[in-house]
Formats: sequence, structure tokens, C-alpha cells
Amino acid sequence: MEMQQFYYDNKIVKKFLYATIVFGVVGMLVGLLLATLFLFPNLTDGISWLSFGRLRPLHTNAVIFAFVGNAMFAGVYYSLQRLLKARMFSDFLSNLNFWGWQLIIVAAAISLPLGYTSSKEYAELEWPIDIAIALIWVVFGINMIGTIIKRRERHLYVAIWFYIATFVTVAVLHIFNSLELPVSALKSYSVYAGVQDALVQWWYGHNAVAFFLTTPFLGLMYYFIPKAANRPVYSYKLSIVHFWSLIFIYIWAGPHHLLYSALPTWAQNLGVVFSIMLIAPSWGGMINGLLTLRGAWDKVRTEPILKFFVVAVTGYGMATLEGPMLSLKKFNAIAHYTDWIIAHVHVGALAWNGFMAFGMIYWLIPRMTKGNLYSVKLANFHFWIGTLGIIMYTLPMYVAGFTQASMWKQFNPNGTLTYGNFLETVTQIMPMYWMRAVGGTLYLIGMLVLVYNIIQTVRANAKVEDELAEAPALVKISAGRIKGEKYHSWLERRPIQLTVFAVVAILIGGIVQIVPTIMVKSNIPTIASVKPYTPLELEGRDIYIREGCVGCHSQSVRPFRSEVERYGPQSKAGEFVYDHPFLWGSKRTGPDLLREGGKYNDSWHFNHLWDPQSISSGSIMPAYKWLFDNKPLDLSLTEKKMQAMKTLGVPYTDAEIANGLKTLRTQAIKIEESLKTDPDFVHSYDNSKKKAEANGEKFVPMNEREIVAVIAYIQRLGTDIKVKDNAKK
Amino acid sequence: MFEQIKHNMETIAGVAIYPILSLLIFFAFFVGLGIWVFYYKKEKIEELSNLPLND
Repeated sequence: MEMQQFYYDNKIVKKFLYATIVFGVVGMLVGLLLATLFLFPNLTDGISWLSFGRLRPLHTNAVIFAFVGNAMFAGVYYSLQRLLKARMFSDFLSNLNFWGWQLIIVAAAISLPLGYTSSKEYAELEWPIDIAIALIWVVFGINMIGTIIKRRERHLYVAIWFYIATFVTVAVLHIFNSLELPVSALKSYSVYAGVQDALVQWWYGHNAVAFFLTTPFLGLMYYFIPKAANRPVYSYKLSIVHFWSLIFIYIWAGPHHLLYSALPTWAQNLGVVFSIMLIAPSWGGMINGLLTLRGAWDKVRTEPILKFFVVAVTGYGMATLEGPMLSLKKFNAIAHYTDWIIAHVHVGALAWNGFMAFGMIYWLIPRMTKGNLYSVKLANFHFWIGTLGIIMYTLPMYVAGFTQASMWKQFNPNGTLTYGNFLETVTQIMPMYWMRAVGGTLYLIGMLVLVYNIIQTVRANAKVEDELAEAPALVKISAGRIKGEKYHSWLERRPIQLTVFAVVAILIGGIVQIVPTIMVKSNIPTIASVKPYTPLELEGRDIYIREGCVGCHSQSVRPFRSEVERYGPQSKAGEFVYDHPFLWGSKRTGPDLLREGGKYNDSWHFNHLWDPQSISSGSIMPAYKWLFDNKPLDLSLTEKKMQAMKTLGVPYTDAEIANGLKTLRTQAIKIEESLKTDPDFVHSYDNSKKKAEANGEKFVPMNEREIVAVIAYIQRLGTDIKVKDNAKK
Repeated sequence: MFEQIKHNMETIAGVAIYPILSLLIFFAFFVGLGIWVFYYKKEKIEELSNLPLND
């Protein structure tokens, strides 16, 4: 057989690895800043682009798509070439994948702090960036499939199946969740509303975890653990079962993010059932990973890379047992909206993704630079401080979550809430937030040690160069099954058919859940008193979205006595039919706002947003001073926004749209009038008028500023239902 | 739990077929998967699992 010589592209792997390290540091630093903002809420006072609400999506996006994303690409580009005995299909596409992805990250790092966000979790980026993501993702797919086609190894190792499933599923999820109607270059509205938007978002959100943070890393696990332990995977048969059952079941579990919400119960229950079923394939995979080290456990004592892998896979096992448990309604009722969930995701991110990435980096860099790691001792130090960091991060968050949930639900013997003031439940867990920040710092220190270790390794060793390899060309055989060939053997050498089956496996779940919710009208009972937002409220809602309020405030009251008592009547699906996008949120660092309208007067909100601590001493909400700036609210898009909403099915009449700005002004002036009933406001308002005059600035009346729109929106929240209740009385 | 599912699903025509169908799909899927891996030859499995170590 003729041997062919070729080079593995190591340079592209190196680029992705360096990007992983750089964005790992960035993502963790932003995370630490956010943890610090819990302790000092006004640390970045007055700087809009450093406010908590805007930085939170930057942190999640940086960690998921920049840190883990680049690590995934690095691992895939390294292992795919070797498993297929072929160089990547196209150097151009490899580099386009790399630079395109980094550009997207930079675009995210700029646009998110500036407040350009769709507000849908892990899908916050606005539509032009969404399109770029889709294009670059397709580039990655073409490059991968091209490499598969020109491969020199007939059989596709199970890791590659995971990569293929990652590619197709993320493409499907990203496209369907990002369907939005643009109103300007950087503003769009989700085509789905309310309950449907929530379902599609969490079908996406959950599976972003499944198919971006899990399946590619399982592929990497099936490659790098055998490599590092120098022995084959424990059970290849188990890996096949693992793969098919995981991708088949995972896609159904999304609705467990919406338990006790206004989502139809049948969809919630479906999510629960499948989440429980997920334990089986997840643990099958975990056991397969850990048992690969059978007979090599002595190596784990001395080899930091294996230590990282062991903790990573253990973290995967913990997170995938905890996830299904959290999907049980009884658990979910306690954990949801609390820091328990923050602990859960950080077990996944810090242990599973982080430690897999670190193990990979420590394994790859010395190999590609043809030398040793600069310091095994430092790598061991990284391992221990990182592990300690994970524990110090997650344990306090578990305690915080459980404590706060218990306080939310505590009643006095006379039937009133024991902790009626939400703030009491926050101040109680402040020590936990301190400990969390310490845990995060430890983890970050470990990361910085890695940076130093890798820099020293790269400096001491040879330059990364493409690696010569040789393998016989693949002999062409029949596309059909050859005589005596088993069906699965055939399938494993037919990438297209394999891909088609994988797509079918993931589509079944999506179709069964989403199509009925969108098609069957009875799933969303309409409520006659629910009306579209006024133009001013619509603008206020967009500011609410811009500032990332949804990161700390939910808008979904669950059907518990404790919540109805605290917030008001439970959510109903029909209330959200005009909400493009939905803003239910997933975390309550502050109280739920669904029934906030009318709870306090306009002046309260005005003062609270200016200086939350002056109203609620000890509050950890940051001030939103820039909403009060001597600048008019941007009204250039108001009409277009209403038009877009109309296109999406919100029943604005043409007259309402034409009179939009007039209606808006009338409502804004009314709010200014109500603010003027507060003598303090009148006093400071006059002062600022004089100040503007003295500085020669044009004075913008309060009714033209952003704050008034925000107040209008907050005061509207949940009031449509109250209208009905009042009418009944 | 199933009452809730039934209640919400009643609006779909011929809904009775869905639980039967879904059970069948799942049953067939996992039985198929079981048969698939059961019939692997030992040598083949060995060859496949050694793929990462042969570069």
C-alpha cells in the first residue's frame, strides 16, 4: 500500500489554545468583578458599561463562547486530524474559523457593555453578530466535514460523532432561537412572544449547555483521557450507547428551566421526565471516562494532567446528577432563582469545562513545542488551588441558595411572611458572597499560574511547527454495505448518514415540544384585559433590556403561597402575549418585578434608581445614574419599533403608531407631574436647571429623559391583571 | 401528572396515538441500540477503541 506523507496543522491548534488562555483570564476576571459588585454594588458607580447588568452577559458569553469555545476548537482541530490521519480540509477555512470567532468575541466584548443585547440568556448578541456566528459555525462545519471526506482512516472514532452532533445541533439551536426582526443595525425583537419565546429560549439555553459545553468536551474526553493515560477507553460499546442516548434525550430537557412558570404543564412535565432519564447516559459517560484510568490510578498520583481530568469528569458526574435532581419539581421549587443554580453551573464550568481545558493545555503545549512542561510543580499547584477554588466557590453558594429559599418561604404563625422584606434575605447571605469571591480569586490565581507556566514552557521549547505524519491512502470501497459487513460498521464509515441520523435524533424532541406550543392555541389562553405596551413603556422596556435588569429580577410569580403573598397573583400565560422577548429571568438577586406596577409611587422608583441605598439601606442594587443624564431619550426608532411589533402580531393600530410620539409625550409629562409632588425633587430639579444654565448646556426636561420611560414601564408591570380584578370587585 | 398532560393535549385531534407512538419510538430506539452494540465483534471493538492511540 502506498504511504502518503502529510503535515498535521499544529499552528491552528496553537492559536486556539492561546485564545483559550487569554479569554479564560478575561472571562474569569469579569466574573470576579461581578462577584465583587455583590459586595460593593457601587464600585463602578456611574459607569454604565461597567454596571452589573451589562457585565453579567459579558461574563457568561466570555466563559462559554470565548474560553470554552476556543478550547473546544483547539481540541477538535488537534484530535480530528489525528483520528482521521489527515490535515484539516482547508487552511483558509481553519484560519477563517479562528479569526472570525475572535472577531465575534471582540464584537461581543464591545456590544454587550454598551447595552446592545437581546436579553435572551447565552444568546444576548444582537442580530448582525448572530449572523456572523452562523456563518463562522458553518465554516467550522465545512472544514470538519471536508476533513472527514478526505480522511485516511475508514472508521470514525466516537469522539468525531460527538463533534458532528455538536456542529449540527448548535446550528439548529442557534438559528431557531435567534429568529428576530431587526428595527435597526443593533436592535431587534424576538419573533416569538412570552411563553413561546421562553420555551424556544430554554430549548436553546439548555442545549447550549448540552451541545456546546458537553458533547464536544465528551468527544475531547474520549480522545484526551486515553491519550494521557495511554490506554484505550474503558468500553467502546458503552461510548456508542452513551452517544446515541445522550443526544436523543438531552434535547427534550429544556423546559425544566421553566418549572412552575406559565409554560403549559405538559411541556414542563416532559422536561422533567427526560431530565431524569438523562442521568443514565451522563453517568454512563462519566463512568466510561473514569474507568479508562483502570490500572493507571498510580499515574494519577504523579501526573497533574490526569488529576485535572479526574476532577473534570467527577465534576461532570456531579453536575449531571444534580441537574436531573434540580429538575424534580420539589427540588426546583427551592433551588430555582437562588444561588444554588449559580453553584450548579459553576461545578460544570469550573470543574468540567475548566479542568478539561487545563488538562488539555498542559498535555498539548509541551507536545507541540517538543519539550517538557516548564514546571510540573506549578501545574500541581494550579490543580490544588483550582480545586480548592471550586469548593470555596460552590459550597457557600449552595448554602446561600438554600438559606435564601428557606427564608423566602418562611411564614409566621399568623400567616404573614417572616421575611416580608426581600432585602433581609439578601443581607443574610452576604458572608456567602464574600466567600464566593475568595473562591473565585483562588481559581483565577490558578489560571494565572497556568499562564506563567505556559509562557515559560513556550519560551524554553521549540517553535510550534506542523507535524509530519504518514499513512496509507484510503482504498475506495463500495458506498453500500459490502458482503458480510454489519450495518453499524457501514454506518460508522458513512459520515453523511451518521450525521442524518444524529439530526433525526435531536429533531424529534425539539419538534414534539415546540410545535404544539406554537401551533395549539389553547396552550396560551388569552386574557382580554392584557393590552400592548404604550410607546413610552415600550421604550422603557427596551432600556430595561439594555441595562440587563433581567439578570437580577425575574418576572414570573410561581404558584406558591409564599410567592403569591410576597408578589401577587401567579403568572398566567396570557399575560405575556405581547412580550417580544419574554423577560421572565432566571435569578432573583433582587425581588420579582412581575407585579411591581403600582406597588410604589413614581418618586419612589425615581429615588431608588438614583440611589438604591438611600431607599433600602444595605441593598446591593447598583445605582443607575446615567438614566437621569441631561440627555433626551432616543425616540428616533419609536415608530419603527411599534411597526415591528405590529408585524410580529401586536395589535397596534396605524393611528396608534402615527400618534406614537404624541401619546408618549403625554404619558411622560404625567410622570414628571407626579414626580413634582415630591418637594425634594422640585428642589434638586431647580438646582440642576440652574447648573445647566451656568454651564451653558441645554437643559432637557425630566419628561424627556430615559428615567421616565423606565418608570413608566415598571409601573405598568402586572397591572393588566389588576384591571380585571378591580373590574370584578 | 398525566391528567395534566391529557388535559392540555385534548385539543389535538387523534391525540391517543401519541403516547403509544412515543413509547414505541423509545422502545425501538433503545432496543435497536442494544442490538447494535451487542453484535459488535470483539476484534472490531478493540480496533476502534485503539484509534486514538495509533497516531
